[in-house]
Amino acid sequence: MNGTDLTAFLPIIVLGGTVIIVMLGIAFCRNHRLTALLSLLGLVLCLIAIWPASDVAPRQVTPLFAIDRYALFYMGLIFAVSIAVLMLSHGYLAARSEPPEEFYLLVLVATLGAVALVASDHFASFFLSLETLSISLLGLIAYPRDQGKPLEAGIKYLILAGISSAFLLFGMALIYARLGTLEFTRIAALLMAGGTSPDLYWLTGLALIFTGIGFKLSVVPFHMWAPDVYEGAPAPVSAFVAVVSKGAMFALLLRYFVTANADGFGPVPMMIEIVAIASILVGNLLALLQNNIKRILAYSSIAHLGYLLVAFLAGGALRIEAVTYYLVAYAVMTVGAFGIITVLSTSNAAAEIEDLDAYRGLIWQRPWLGGAFAGMLLSLAGIPLTMGFIGKFYAIAAGVSATMWPAVIALIVGSIIGLFYYLRVIVAICTPAPEGAAAYAGAVPMVGSATLAALTLMLFGLGVYPTPLVHLIQVTAAQMTVR
Amino acid sequence: MILLWLILTPLIGGVLAGFSGRRNHALARWLSLACLAIDLVLTLVLWAAHDGTTITPNGAWLAQIDWPWIPQLGIRLHLGLDGLSLLLILLTLGLGIMSVIASWSEITERVGFFHFNLMLTLAGVIGVFLALDLFLFFFFWELMLVPMYFLIAVWGHEQRIYAAIKFFLFTQGSGLLMFAAILALAFINYRQTGVLTFDYFELVKAQLGPTTQMWLMLGFFIAFAVKLPVVPFHTWLADAHTEAPTAGSVILAGLLLKTGAYGLLRFAIPLFPAASATFAPVAMTLGVIGILYGAMLAFAQDDMKRLVAYTSVSHLGFVLLGIYAGNTLALQGAVVQILAHGLSTGALFILVGALQEKLHTRDMRQLGGLWSTAPRMGAIGLFFAIASLGLPGLGNFVGEFLVLFGTYRVAGGFAIAGTLGLVVSTIYALSFVQRVFHGEPRASAALTDFSSRHMIVMGTMIVALVWLGCYPQPVFDTASAGLANLRRVASERQPHPGEP
Repeated sequence: MNGTDLTAFLPIIVLGGTVIIVMLGIAFCRNHRLTALLSLLGLVLCLIAIWPASDVAPRQVTPLFAIDRYALFYMGLIFAVSIAVLMLSHGYLAARSEPPEEFYLLVLVATLGAVALVASDHFASFFLSLETLSISLLGLIAYPRDQGKPLEAGIKYLILAGISSAFLLFGMALIYARLGTLEFTRIAALLMAGGTSPDLYWLTGLALIFTGIGFKLSVVPFHMWAPDVYEGAPAPVSAFVAVVSKGAMFALLLRYFVTANADGFGPVPMMIEIVAIASILVGNLLALLQNNIKRILAYSSIAHLGYLLVAFLAGGALRIEAVTYYLVAYAVMTVGAFGIITVLSTSNAAAEIEDLDAYRGLIWQRPWLGGAFAGMLLSLAGIPLTMGFIGKFYAIAAGVSATMWPAVIALIVGSIIGLFYYLRVIVAICTPAPEGAAAYAGAVPMVGSATLAALTLMLFGLGVYPTPLVHLIQVTAAQMTVR
Repeated sequence: MILLWLILTPLIGGVLAGFSGRRNHALARWLSLACLAIDLVLTLVLWAAHDGTTITPNGAWLAQIDWPWIPQLGIRLHLGLDGLSLLLILLTLGLGIMSVIASWSEITERVGFFHFNLMLTLAGVIGVFLALDLFLFFFFWELMLVPMYFLIAVWGHEQRIYAAIKFFLFTQGSGLLMFAAILALAFINYRQTGVLTFDYFELVKAQLGPTTQMWLMLGFFIAFAVKLPVVPFHTWLADAHTEAPTAGSVILAGLLLKTGAYGLLRFAIPLFPAASATFAPVAMTLGVIGILYGAMLAFAQDDMKRLVAYTSVSHLGFVLLGIYAGNTLALQGAVVQILAHGLSTGALFILVGALQEKLHTRDMRQLGGLWSTAPRMGAIGLFFAIASLGLPGLGNFVGEFLVLFGTYRVAGGFAIAGTLGLVVSTIYALSFVQRVFHGEPRASAALTDFSSRHMIVMGTMIVALVWLGCYPQPVFDTASAGLANLRRVASERQPHPGEP
């Protein structure tokens, strides 16, 4: 490792440093505000560190990590989401009985795992980053230790994360047994050379890895855990699981498929298409039956991962572009939606406000929050003026350009079903509240509101004029295709 | 530039009204009215400068702007105004002003948000009539749905939530089909030329095989057919119209349905002329079914608003018939019918809305003999009812007559069957007048007659309808340039090498 390598690795190093400083800080002086400030400062420094790193990219740092613009873009996204989640959590944690400081530490460690994941170019770094992420997530999900639901969610997550890791490891072992290497690029080279035709080892290995990844992405048929975990976890953690954990995993999947050229093998695209269609239909249909907003968002997230997989199927440069834009849009609207639940639940320490009926009349009592929530939901439904619309455009465009008509039709049908339950929530927030219901009496934390305002501005700004973001993504994508 | 202001003015007005409405209800109303009036003046200025029409390689356009929007994806902010768009925008602004005035006393809660949604819908409709980039068109197409949804869901009547969701699902679902067709067309063009574009004038040059052309055409047709509405897709209409507040019904019937007709005229047929020609007999059959079935349903209603809603199905059957008959006479007739239906149905909805506001019922079984207590309402109701049945001298007659005339030349059978529609419309229109205004007076004690505010609205609409019926020549002149543009575009479509 020389100086250039270190520069390329700077964002991860800064984050590692932040983790240590915050940990020591907590050990010496328990102070909520100080911990929050240190963590945010560290994350902002990480964001800044992306600039020097992008000057030396693309660069292979040890056989384990490839720092290119693609990885750096996703790092930036993950840092930004972590900052948003921490800012939303601040008021929320202050009103809870648990000591809040370790929450920040866990978020930082999980972020570390996620950013290492998107830069991984090797099965070893892939697995290590993933475990770093999952174990911290376990701590975050079960953070309110004195309550039943978070603990149950935590145990559920623990068991399923363990099982999926086992699948993943076994798949990696099979591929290693066949090819004798763990590096994505070497695997690609060996396959390109044609020395190894796809055989049972290779296919089984791929299927097992895909199963492991499928659990993390919570696509059908590996989706069972998502609604329970989302419901049980504190709302900001649900946002983090939905966006950072899934987003990082998806970014890695894309890198793996592009560099190892894995979709050249017969059954793989078909397998993904089936999973995509199943996720879209099952996610949307099950969401219809829910009355709990967090569960609705969980099922909607399953469906959105299905849309993402449709975008993933397209070939060429459009694939990276479509997936990346969709992930950014998904990040903004999911963090936004969970953020509103977080902010509203701040003063209600006993339980979160998650029942659909509890949202009645929100838009009349708190017009700004209600409007932001409606915006997020409309974006999730893919209505113009929002980022969700451009994202849906990309997904359909990707499906059409690959002439995957069954997937496109599933996407359209899914969107129509999806509209129904997003509208249910919007109807709820527009219906006048029943007599005597004094909901949302508590104060709304400033920091949280500011974050939500920023997210809403982004939602509409980048929905109406997405050109800068699209340009940035195209620059990013170009480097990965060239490599 | 002026075209962008046509869209921005209602948008800005809506935002201003939305903010001011929380404190001052009247201010929100006046602001909306002022912005629509400014917009109307802008459009009239454009119309007056009719001679200044610039002949571009793409036909005769009064004004065009073409700016990059998302250049990486070939999406442009391409707006164009020709005679057809101009007439429809005039109708939009006229009905917009009428609906603001009509809801002056009806809407008393959340006035700011109401006008925000109203203006946003109007901006979306104007955008639809101007867009010449298919992505932009879809953008506006979807944009007008959300505020309309809120108009129905928040200020509607008893079954409003059901109606609003049904409306949204129908239109959004069919819209997505069209979106897939737009993207497929763009990607076919991309493969042929290597340029990703959504521009109307570029996409028309893409070479399509007959089967592809048919599928893509159906994608567009279904979206427009749901809006129009064509008979198997009409079920959302009665619920949405009935449950919406007066302004919502006026805009739904007067404008949103017209976007379907406009889409067929501007996009479905010129982009896919061969497939449309093959499909024409089916579409015309659906049109005739719509005329007769809509009239039958209208006659069977007890609810006044439902009755008026079903007359729309019948009237727009004529529009569909005219559009697919395809000759100049029929197309001119369809345009006049669009305008006349907007005015007459809009007026009927305002009338019915006013009755409901005062009597709290729309059920005709509880009404009767209102003429004696409210002679103004009675006279105006009679006028618009006979306009709706197609009395010569009024706009609807010109439209229906020309459509039938044009259709007879290409398909006599359809024209004869369509003529029966004129007979059935007499039945429902006169029975409506009979049941509401004549007979034994019932439950009309609290009824006060139309105020002068309402009289001004109604008077304007009567004048417009008479003018359209007696001297439609300016409309023909304006529309003919627009219709010529459409034919130009259709002729651009090269037959596919494999096509006979």
